[in-house]
Amino acid sequence: MSDTSKPIDPSRRQFVTRAGGAAGAAAIAPGVFLTTPAQAKPADQPVSSENRWGILIDANKCGNGCNACVTACEEENGWGSADPSEDRSRPDQKAHWIRKVTIRDKATQHVTTLPLMCQHCETPPCVDVCPTGASFKRADGIVLVDKHICIGCRYCMMACPYKARSFIHEDLKDQRPWAPRGKGTVESCTMCVHRVDEDGTPACVEACNAETHKAMVFGDLYDENSEISQELKKHGGKEIRADLGLNTGVRYRGI
Amino acid sequence: MKQVLNYRETEGKSTGFWILLGGLGALIGLALGSVLYMEHEGHYVTGMNNQIVWGMPHVFAIFLIVAASGALNVASIGTVFGKSLYKPLGRLSALLAIALLIGGLMILVLDLGHPDRLIVAMTYYNFKSIFAWNIILYNGFIAITAVYLWFMMERKMNKYYPVAGFFAFIWRLILTTGTGSIFGFLVARQAYDAALLAPMFVIMSFAYGLAVFILVLMAGYAWTGRPLGDAVLFRLKNLLGVFIASVFYFVVVYHLTNLYATEHHGVERFILMDGGIYTKLFWIVQILLGTLLPLAMIYHPTIGKSRPAIATAAALVIIGGFAQLYVLLIGGQAYPLVLFPGHEIVSGGFFEGQINEYSPSIWEISLGVGGVALSLIMVTIAVRVLKFLPTSLEDSVVDPHAAKAD
Repeated sequence: MSDTSKPIDPSRRQFVTRAGGAAGAAAIAPGVFLTTPAQAKPADQPVSSENRWGILIDANKCGNGCNACVTACEEENGWGSADPSEDRSRPDQKAHWIRKVTIRDKATQHVTTLPLMCQHCETPPCVDVCPTGASFKRADGIVLVDKHICIGCRYCMMACPYKARSFIHEDLKDQRPWAPRGKGTVESCTMCVHRVDEDGTPACVEACNAETHKAMVFGDLYDENSEISQELKKHGGKEIRADLGLNTGVRYRGI
Repeated sequence: MKQVLNYRETEGKSTGFWILLGGLGALIGLALGSVLYMEHEGHYVTGMNNQIVWGMPHVFAIFLIVAASGALNVASIGTVFGKSLYKPLGRLSALLAIALLIGGLMILVLDLGHPDRLIVAMTYYNFKSIFAWNIILYNGFIAITAVYLWFMMERKMNKYYPVAGFFAFIWRLILTTGTGSIFGFLVARQAYDAALLAPMFVIMSFAYGLAVFILVLMAGYAWTGRPLGDAVLFRLKNLLGVFIASVFYFVVVYHLTNLYATEHHGVERFILMDGGIYTKLFWIVQILLGTLLPLAMIYHPTIGKSRPAIATAAALVIIGGFAQLYVLLIGGQAYPLVLFPGHEIVSGGFFEGQINEYSPSIWEISLGVGGVALSLIMVTIAVRVLKFLPTSLEDSVVDPHAAKAD
């Protein structure tokens, strides 16, 4: 879903040359490449399996009653309150890319609040079941739907353990150019792939930081120097429904 | 003296025939109208939503697809297992199998978000998806059964039909395994995720398919005034009894397994006790009306020999089958996903942890009924233009030895 028609930034060109050199060095000494700070891919290069994008969410820092991540996602990707054209669908038919959930431990009464979205599994059940391959995972771990070959069978929604996907029940208007949505197809959180491909941060993470909650960290799980990897190494992180063994790209702390 | 087995087209001149065609045609027309409306407006006009993503159309479609493979059993018993009593029924059995499958597939395809992209489904395959496999299995089933039918009906090819029949039998077992696996492979849902679902769907197909076959056979022979002997009918209804009992066994094992595993207690409690409509459908329609009552009727020494009772028992099996699929499909989705074991949901933005609501719209029901009508109209027209039905299925025609043994 990256926009390849944008003009190529010369500094990116330089990066390609440097990255090429780094890759060459990596062939000789793999350890060298691993310690190089990870960069997003240049716009004219395919995504690489040397990155795995992930988000770490600290539920202890997540604000009870705060909805900033959800609102930011709506605004960025043009759904929910940011999409007045989805007005005929009932509430249970409307699209939801990210939602806030508050849970209480039955034994301890401890209350936790957290955002829940597509967990960008390493082995996503939605990709396994999709008959046409419309549901797919990029080399860098981001799980997406190719709206051109989605036939709208909704089997991925049956398979997703997180209820992360939505089917579009009506015609939509004025969509964001980077987040095309369409009646009769399925969609979900893209980890703001259009931003990630431009070295950016997903809108939800940005909004959380702006609220100074700093409950969300975005980064490359394969880069051991990245903040997310360091945090995970130091404090650990949990997967929701870890029993399914899906190795999710979204990890939680404090649940 | 043994009469010769003779196949003949139905006359198809009576007012009843045209009323039947007209009625079924009207139902198909209504279904297509509903599809146009649903596809033009979008699925917001249906009862389906982002929690119950598969609804009434899928209950109808899966019933027909499962019944299709089961309807072929009658032919298989004659061809593969060499029971001569069943051989005269082989053509109708294979015809019904193809017709039911096409009816089911029509529903499934027309409910897609993008039925216009059917060509995509036929050209892009993800071979890890059981759905993709099913597309191949369904098309293959139609092709193989058509060849089987041709070999049965064409004298020159007659000697090859046992081979075709054998392949069709194996194929149908794989096909229903594939249909059951659509649910069996859903690891995240409490009601599914069970390897048992595949063989359970196979045995469900035996019961549903035979029940449909018995009703079509009885109606076809009654409406065309052709004789249908007790030997055939009683054999079929006894077999139906065995199949009903087998489905019941699988249902019991499925629930006992879930009841043993603590993590599944929630969903079992929902289906068996607190599920409202699903609990009622399970106990009253699926178990009482769809299982125990037809079993009692079929094996009752006097009622079991009454034709209206046999027809009623077959109809009850079909009604019970719809209830069973409704409980499994819709009930399975109505029960929420368990994301946080040991926690209760305080609040959630997207119907978190709630029992999901579903009430089917008239459009979905109309589409489902249209699929059934399409299957039946195909059979009605086929028996009118080709030699599917023996002119007589009297005891003396079918096989005197088999009749005696019954």
